[in-house]
Formats: sequence, C-alpha cells, structure tokens
Amino acid sequence: MEAVLIIKGIIILAIFALSLGIAAYETYFERVVAAYIQDRVGPDYAGPAGIFQPLADAGKLFFKEDFIPALADKSLFILGPSLAMLTALLTSAVIPFGDSFIYEGQKILVQGIEVNIGILWVFGIVSLGVYGILIGGWSSNNKYSLYGAIRAASQNISYELAMGLAIIAILMMTGSLSIRSMVEAQHGFNWNIFYQPLGFIIFLTCSFAECNRTPFDLPESENELVAGYHTEYSSMKLGLYLFSEYVNMFISSAVIASLYFGGFNYPGMDWVYSKFTSIWGATVGHNWATVIGICVLMAKIFFFIFLFMWVRWTLPRFRYDQLMDLGWKALIPLAVLNMIITAAAQLSGKPLWIGLILTLIIMLVIFLPAIKKRTVKA
Amino acid sequence: MDILGLLKNMTITHWSFYIVSMLTLFGALGTIMSKNPIHSVIYLILTFFSLSAHYIMLNAQFLAAVNIIVYAGAIMVLFLFVVMFLNLREENEELPKNSILIAASIVGGIIGITLIAAIRQTQIEKVNPYSFNTKTGLVETLGSLLFNKYLLPFELVSVLFLIAMAGAVMLGKREKGERHF
Amino acid sequence: MTDYIPQDYQPLLFQLVLALGFIIFTILITHVLGPRLKNAAKDAPFECGIESVGDARAPLAVRYFLIAILFVLFDVEIIFMYPWAVNFLKLGWFGFVEMLFFVTFLMAGFYYIIRKGVLNWEND
Repeated sequence: MEAVLIIKGIIILAIFALSLGIAAYETYFERVVAAYIQDRVGPDYAGPAGIFQPLADAGKLFFKEDFIPALADKSLFILGPSLAMLTALLTSAVIPFGDSFIYEGQKILVQGIEVNIGILWVFGIVSLGVYGILIGGWSSNNKYSLYGAIRAASQNISYELAMGLAIIAILMMTGSLSIRSMVEAQHGFNWNIFYQPLGFIIFLTCSFAECNRTPFDLPESENELVAGYHTEYSSMKLGLYLFSEYVNMFISSAVIASLYFGGFNYPGMDWVYSKFTSIWGATVGHNWATVIGICVLMAKIFFFIFLFMWVRWTLPRFRYDQLMDLGWKALIPLAVLNMIITAAAQLSGKPLWIGLILTLIIMLVIFLPAIKKRTVKA
Repeated sequence: MDILGLLKNMTITHWSFYIVSMLTLFGALGTIMSKNPIHSVIYLILTFFSLSAHYIMLNAQFLAAVNIIVYAGAIMVLFLFVVMFLNLREENEELPKNSILIAASIVGGIIGITLIAAIRQTQIEKVNPYSFNTKTGLVETLGSLLFNKYLLPFELVSVLFLIAMAGAVMLGKREKGERHF
Repeated sequence: MTDYIPQDYQPLLFQLVLALGFIIFTILITHVLGPRLKNAAKDAPFECGIESVGDARAPLAVRYFLIAILFVLFDVEIIFMYPWAVNFLKLGWFGFVEMLFFVTFLMAGFYYIIRKGVLNWEND
C-alpha cells in the first residue's frame, strides 16, 4: 500500500512538473512559431537555437523589482496572480494522462484523482479562474486594469455558458461525468470528434476565449488598454499571470484531446497491447502500452498547443461587441441545438447520423453568411 | 492527557473534517468582520469552497461541484461586480449609533439561542455504515430522482427562470423615453 | 457504476500543497531578490505618462452587471441539464420531452432578452 501511495505521489508530481515545464517551453515555442509565421529568426541567443530562453526569461523576472503601487490594495494585489496560478495548477488533477501502471498486482491510474464529477471539476475551477484576473485588476487602482478585468470577467462568464452546453452533448455520448470513462468510451479510433464536430468547434472557440488568447485577448489588448489587467504588475507577479495563461493553454489542450480526440487512445492500440504483453509478459507489457498511450496523448496536446499559437499569429483581434455577440447570440443557440440533436439521435439509436447532420448544419452556418455577403456585394 | 489520547485516536476523516470546518468558520468570520466589501466577497468565496469540501466528505460529489460552479463561480462574480459598482471612496468610516449596535446584538443573540435550542432538540438520524449506499449523492441517482419523482418542480423551475430573466431585464434595461433615476 | 468514495480526493491535497508551495515560494523569492526604488511619480497609477486623473474606483456601465445576472441564470439552468444528460438514455423519450419543455422556456427567455436589446453593445 505504501509503495502504491508513493507511486501515486510521483505521478502527481510528474504531472505538476510537466505542466510547469511545458508552460515554460510554450513561451519558447510561441516565439519560434511566431518567428516562423512572420519569417523572422526568433530567439537564438540563449543556448543552441535559443533553447534556454525560458530559463533566462524566468531569471530576469525574478530579479526585477517587486513593485506594488501606493494606491493599490496590497493583500489583494498579491492574491490576484496567486489565485490565477492556483486555479491553473489545480485543473489538471482530473485529466487522465494515461491508462494505468501495474505495480505488484495493483492498478495505479495515471491521473491525479479519478472522481465521479470529473469534467465538472474542470468546469468549476475554470469558473473560479475569473477571480484571479478580476481581483488583480481591481486592486491595482488603475483604470486600464479595471476595464481589462471587467472585460475579462464578462468574456469568461459568457463563454462558460456555451462551453457548459457543449460539454452536455459530450456527456450524452458516454453517460458519465468522469473524464476517464469518456476517454475509455472512445477506445481505438471511436473518437467523439466524428459524432460531435459542431460541439468540438464550440468547445474550441470557448477554450480560446477562456484562455484569453487571440482572437479573444480583449482583456489585454495593448492598443486600447495598455496591458489590461496586469498593467501595474511587475517581476514574478506578472510572471505568474503570464505563466498561468500558458498552463491553462496546456490544460485546455489536454481537455480537448481527452473529450474529442480519444485521449490516450489511438488506432491499433489493441494490436500494440497484445504484442507488448506477448513479448514482455502481462505486467511489463501493460506498463509499456501505457507509456505509448501517454506519448500519444502528449502528441495530441502538442498539436492543440500549436493550433493555439497558429491562430494567435494568424487572426486579428475581435471588437468587444463582436466578441459578446459571438458568445451569446451565435454559440449558445448553436450549442443548445447541438444538444437537442445529439439527444434525439442517441435515443433513436443512430449515433453516426449525428455527425452527418451536424456537419451539414455547420456548413450552412459557416457558408450562408458568406454567400449572403457575396450576393449583397454583387 | 485526555486531549492527547483524543488526538491520537483521530482518524484522517476526523482531521480533515476539523481542518475544513475551521477553514469554513474562518471564511465566514472574515466575511462579516472585514471592512472592505471586496475582502468580504473573497472570504465568502473561501467559505463556499470549503463548504464544497464538506459535501465531498459526505460523498455528495455532484452537489459539491454545483456549489463551486454556481455559488463560488457564478453568484460571487455577480457580487463582485455589484461591489465594484459601489463608489467605495464614499464609505462613511464612523461607527453606527449605539442604539443600532444594541438592537443588532439583541437580535443576533436571540437568533443564536433559537438555533442552539433547535439543534439540541433535533434527533439526528444515525447512519448505519454497513447498509449505507455510497451512491446516494452521485449524479446518476440524483438525475433519475429529479426527472421522475420531482418532475413537476423541475418544470416549474424553468418558468421561474423565465420570470427571473424578465425581471432582470426590466430592472436593468432602460427603455427609450423612460426617466433616468 | 464504479464505487466513488470521498477518499478518492486525497491525492488532491498533495496537488494543492504542491501548487500553494510553488506560488508562495515564487512570491517570496521575487520579493526578496528584486531591488526597491520608490518615488511619487512611480507610485501614481500608470496612465500613459500624463497626470493621472481621479480614481479608478469609478462606477461602470450597467451592461456588465446585466451580463453577470443573465450568466447566473443560464449557469443554473445548464447545471440542471447535467443530471439529465448523464441519465438520458435511461429516461428515454419521456425525459427528452421533459428537457424539450425546459429548453423551450430557456430559449423563450433568451429570445426575449435578444429582442429587448440587452445584448446589444452599441450606444443607446
């Protein structure tokens, strides 16, 4: 029992270190991707190909002045970034990063906690993430910070609704709130994306908005609000805000991969599993198959992180009223529609029809306005 | 030495219960004792969060999640917005009058005594740990109960929401030509 | 249905301690390491170099407040759908019709809000 607990501790520690490490290197990848898209060189000074850039950045931030404005509310000013980071770091607990390791005949899941409410935990902690920004922006006693914070809060709560509705459609595919059971239901190549393309697009859009990434980075739009809610922040407090954004990006990529792209499942996994167990025996083979699963999930996560960056350096920023219109008037009705159609199709026992019908609807929604505009112009 | 023996006999469930209870009480006291309303709201968030931990210890997992999402996540955002709307610089620092203080402590005392008396009178149903169904508080059980036995209240709730929405719009949205208060 | 018990949450405590430890460590270290230089101009709220005017604790547009109220209402309605979504295969078409009624009321309210122009962000 002791050994099992220790292994569990190591798994949690590994997930924790991984989310911090990946978040640190996301800053590097972001600059590399940006440089590639804009045809520049990018970071190349610190180490070979600039590989130590994140370390240099972190070191610099640590040695900067820890400045608190005179008019700021001191305790809340410190609480803001801490809360943002805390919520970012707690979300990863329920995500299954792999199947399980067998040690002395006992199965140890590669996951912080496997609980009945799984996805609701993510949903709840994400909804608490608003406070980090809101408190930080308010306590700085700066007009730009306040407007950035209020904008961020309104944006986050608006997109949370559509996100919750999109999750409901996913729940109906599995009938469980636990992310692990959702992932296990997508065994092999039976991924939810084939049944829920519309839900995926809604969820993806909402996770962009929840992470305050371009095209939804209104809270920190520099040409209107200087730097938004973190205008008055410096040193590692600013670092915690920026860092939490990257941790959130990693976590939401993991959630997207788990909900829609099968998590640690991949086509041909049964064949690999039987091969491994026949070569190394049941226990070692199982563990190695799990390792492969973790690698597959990581590859999916990296793809989505890349997608986040790709979009950031390709699309321009929304205007605030456009952003709210998209969240309320487009995504919420679409998500409700998606939910009803999914329920009807599931009950009539033809789940494959869902994907086809929904794809048709997406086509209509995307192309109708474009066609209309074109005819008006002509 | 009795206390030491008591401490030794405490299981991890006891420990977590006492720690979480202390946290809840700390948050609740902070809510009513801090002068700055924003601090109050943050203490209240802490209170709700630790209440969720209590729900988890009772294995009411769905309720715990709902408590975090709705109370700590949604309603507290609304509170924070409202508090930010207030012009905090115009707060009056002077203490309320003595008569108000005396009246408040009398009312509070009476409520306290009533609560204590009521709780002492209550027969708490003992749970048999061997026949107790751990799945009672999970979402599956709750869902089948809500959509069979409590169907009518559920549908009425949606009417209530409609009314609440209309009310919010009536209060918040100014029509053209209406007087500006 | 697997047996879920409160003990499942114990590893979460470890993660909470790790996260809190990381945050407190970072805040303390950066507090100790950095230099400290203060003057009146630096302490003033940043407003792009010009003299800062008034206070940031100003009242905001009521529209944000309305969004927050509507969010609370919608959030609670969405929470009601979760127990249904988990059980909806067991509840069958009857449950589907129940939820259809619920959603109809929700969308009626939503339609009312849109027609009233609460979600319009232009000046009025």
